[in-house]
Amino acid sequence: METIQTDVAIIGAGGAGLRAAIALAEEAPNLKIALISKVYPMRSHTCAAEGGAAGVIKSDDSFEQHFHDTVGGGDWLSDQDAVEYFIHEAPKELTQLEHWGCPWNREADGSVAVRPFGGMKIKRTWFAADKSGFHILHTLFQTSLQFPQIIRYDEYFATDLIVDEGCCRGVTAIEMRSGQMRHFSAKAVIIAGGGAGRMFRFNTNGAIKTGDGMAMAYRAGAALKDMEFVQYHPTGLPNTGTLLTEACRGEGGVLLNKDNYRFLQDYGMGPETPLGKPVLKTMELGPRDRVSQSMWHEFQKGRGVKTPWGDCVWLDMRHLGEKKINERLPFVRDISISYLGIDPVKEMVPIRPVVHYMMGGIHTDTKAATSIPGLFAAGECACVSINGANRLGSNSLVEILVFGRRAGLSAAAYATGAKPGNTAALAAKADEAQARVRELFMRSNGTESVAGLRKEMTDTMEEGAGIYRTQEGMARTSDKISELRRRYRNVVLTDKTNVYNTDLFNTLELGNLLDCAEAVAVSGRERKESRGAHQRLDFTARDDVNYLKHSMAYYNGLEPPRIDYLDVVITKSQPGVRDYSGAKK
Amino acid sequence: MMDVQLAERQAELEVLRYNPEIAGEPKFERYSVPCKTEWCVLDALNYLKDNVDPTLTYRWSCHMQVCGSCGMMINGEPKLACKAMLRDYPGVIRIEPLAHFPVERDLVAVADDFIAKLKRVKPYLIPSDKRSLEEGEYRQTPAQLKRYRQFAMCINCMLCYAACPEYGLHPKFIGPAAISLAHRYNRDSRDGGRDERQEELATNEGVWECTFVGACSEVCPKHVDPAAALQQVKVASTVDWYLEHFMSWVKK
Ligand SMILES: Cc1cc2nc3c(=O)[nH]c(=O)nc-3n(C[C@H](O)[C@H](O)[C@H](O)COP(=O)(O)OP(=O)(O)OC[C@H]3O[C@@H](n4cnc5c(N)ncnc54)[C@H](O)[C@@H]3O)c2cc1C
Ligand code: SF4
Ligand code: FES
Repeated sequence: METIQTDVAIIGAGGAGLRAAIALAEEAPNLKIALISKVYPMRSHTCAAEGGAAGVIKSDDSFEQHFHDTVGGGDWLSDQDAVEYFIHEAPKELTQLEHWGCPWNREADGSVAVRPFGGMKIKRTWFAADKSGFHILHTLFQTSLQFPQIIRYDEYFATDLIVDEGCCRGVTAIEMRSGQMRHFSAKAVIIAGGGAGRMFRFNTNGAIKTGDGMAMAYRAGAALKDMEFVQYHPTGLPNTGTLLTEACRGEGGVLLNKDNYRFLQDYGMGPETPLGKPVLKTMELGPRDRVSQSMWHEFQKGRGVKTPWGDCVWLDMRHLGEKKINERLPFVRDISISYLGIDPVKEMVPIRPVVHYMMGGIHTDTKAATSIPGLFAAGECACVSINGANRLGSNSLVEILVFGRRAGLSAAAYATGAKPGNTAALAAKADEAQARVRELFMRSNGTESVAGLRKEMTDTMEEGAGIYRTQEGMARTSDKISELRRRYRNVVLTDKTNVYNTDLFNTLELGNLLDCAEAVAVSGRERKESRGAHQRLDFTARDDVNYLKHSMAYYNGLEPPRIDYLDVVITKSQPGVRDYSGAKK
Repeated sequence: MMDVQLAERQAELEVLRYNPEIAGEPKFERYSVPCKTEWCVLDALNYLKDNVDPTLTYRWSCHMQVCGSCGMMINGEPKLACKAMLRDYPGVIRIEPLAHFPVERDLVAVADDFIAKLKRVKPYLIPSDKRSLEEGEYRQTPAQLKRYRQFAMCINCMLCYAACPEYGLHPKFIGPAAISLAHRYNRDSRDGGRDERQEELATNEGVWECTFVGACSEVCPKHVDPAAALQQVKVASTVDWYLEHFMSWVKK
């Protein structure tokens, strides 16, 4: 197997991976960087983010407010030292992006414009029309082209971390066009592999969001933290799951049930606000967990809008008018016309909650370091945690920048001091990784198909790990995933050729998703309380006595993960009541 | 109650298949796929891959017209498979890899040339007046933003290269998307790098190669209008030439 020597290997070239690479290149120009990605960088799913990125910049805002919105939004499961660092770095990172050319929307005087977003008490979301993530990703990618020491390995599929004597020292990856395995020998590795929403059937995530990075770290011994917290976005198109950004509501769109009633006022987010005059942090600008949960209740009460794709509610944007929609939400208009044949300028759009984001991920400290020396993680695959039990919209585009950079700086420092590993031992580990893939590739006596197992996985996740959960449902889903992981060993490939073998990659991705899904189901089964995005019908209250803790899932071979707990870091905000009513404001 | 009927349709797909490891020329394979009429071509391909032939090879990710992965020829025209709605294709749907690029396998085109060209035009801000973070953001009015925003919308899907007859004949041509991207930075009020980029653009591989067929703008799914960018760069380059040759003569 060919070995590629580098100083730092980065797995993933989305927003987090690119930001890490640039930070490394600027901080330690002598280090060689291998940027590995299974898709060309600009295909990474950061491009799909529409709404924007939060950072305190206006004079009516303060760090204190961003802190409290984030911690309260996360139902006090966020680590407050991490949040503190995050909010202070946020405006710097967004300004840095501006200096690199990001086309942020502007005020008439040329300063950066901000828009309202759910759960944020003050307007602080920077945006580039409804293509914010797209512009962030392309700006980072294009900026990265200036640095010759960033060597890209586009369309390389990473399979395993190489850990020797307790330290991470590289990664194996398959060059997709040749099917050849390569061993990247590195002093430090950063994982920036993105989320894992594809474990659910109905989701806003791209095909590539299969939790590969999380699963690699998990199998190598790092903990997956708070995996039970899965965010549902309230406004997905009912047929494709395509996201209509929260900015639809930020700009003044409203949600109606089948009786054209703004039902959110019945769920502690009222009183009703005047049409076209959204009030921050109430009604349609409540946090995502609350809004999605209210929709679920409306469906239970028979007040959903019946559509061929199941129960929905209406998103009404007609009062915004064509001009504003074209100016601020052009993509939303395109997408609903394309996939639903509905023009939001003229008609109401049916929408329903859709799996969107994983709050959980690889456990890291505030320096983006995992528990394995030499291994760092950032972005959606990591859990620092700033998002706690429920991420606020527009915090994660900033998270990928702040902690992407942080991971780059930490890896630079680590790699500069690191001693070389034992070459023979590392090569042997790489050979083991290759043997695992080869066994799968050569297997001829299997009975299971990838598409079949994938369907069973997404079905059981929708059933047992949805918006509302029960002990029984979660136990059934945990058992089912455990069964699927066993059956996965009998998957047989149809495609036995080397060039761009998507059958092989899809199979590896399914294995990764199953590992992550089991961590979600088991962590959720064990968390006997309701907090943020984890809502239990059998334990309806938050229980700070027993569960003001992070769940830590440890890989345990074919057995279900071992679950442990870690205290939440609380500095200045004691757990309180999440109040999204407009009454007293 | 929403008033929609989900209709089904048996779509006839002809897909070009090619695997370099298996002897033989590329050939069309015909499939009959049970589809919902609301589907796009990508949904039909995904159905095929999951239910009929797992070896079918193509790129996709976002399924929302923004990642730029799923460009392919659909009935002879470059399209995003996630934007090509079945309702617009009543007859047999013929699917091939993007024209003008070598084929890696099935519908996967080799993108190396395009990626290398993007880098050549220095598509990053070269500030005219470098600022520190403490100095805050550059001021840029909505009007200044508007001057370049359209050219910043490119998703690098390569459809314009597949449509460009010039690129088909002269693969050295830098091509519509890369030139639009350079133009995007040239028009940005914060940028001062035009001269550096001009070295690449004002050559025979650059704008002068373009013969203004305009096909690029017609196929662009994001209304970038690369033809307009090419035209504007040409005009600007001509002005440069005059400034350099004519004006220096006048000054003598
Ligand atoms: C539709 C949508 C809209 C959103 N809108 C917003 C918003 O408005 N505001 C906000 O703050 N957040 C938003 N989010 C969330 C936010 O966009 C993501 O959390 C964030 O972009 C994730 O960035 P990332 O760099 O961690 O991962 P990604 O951008 O997903 O990148 C992951 C990278 O890892 C690589 N990779 C993965 N596995 C492998 C492997 N095995 N081998 C090699 N490479 C691999 C991929 O190729 C890719 O380059 C949105 C999310 C979605 C889905
Ligand atoms: S200019 Fe248009 S067609 Fe060409 S690559 Fe960009 S988005 Fe695609
Ligand atoms: S799948 Fe992303 S553009 Fe079509």
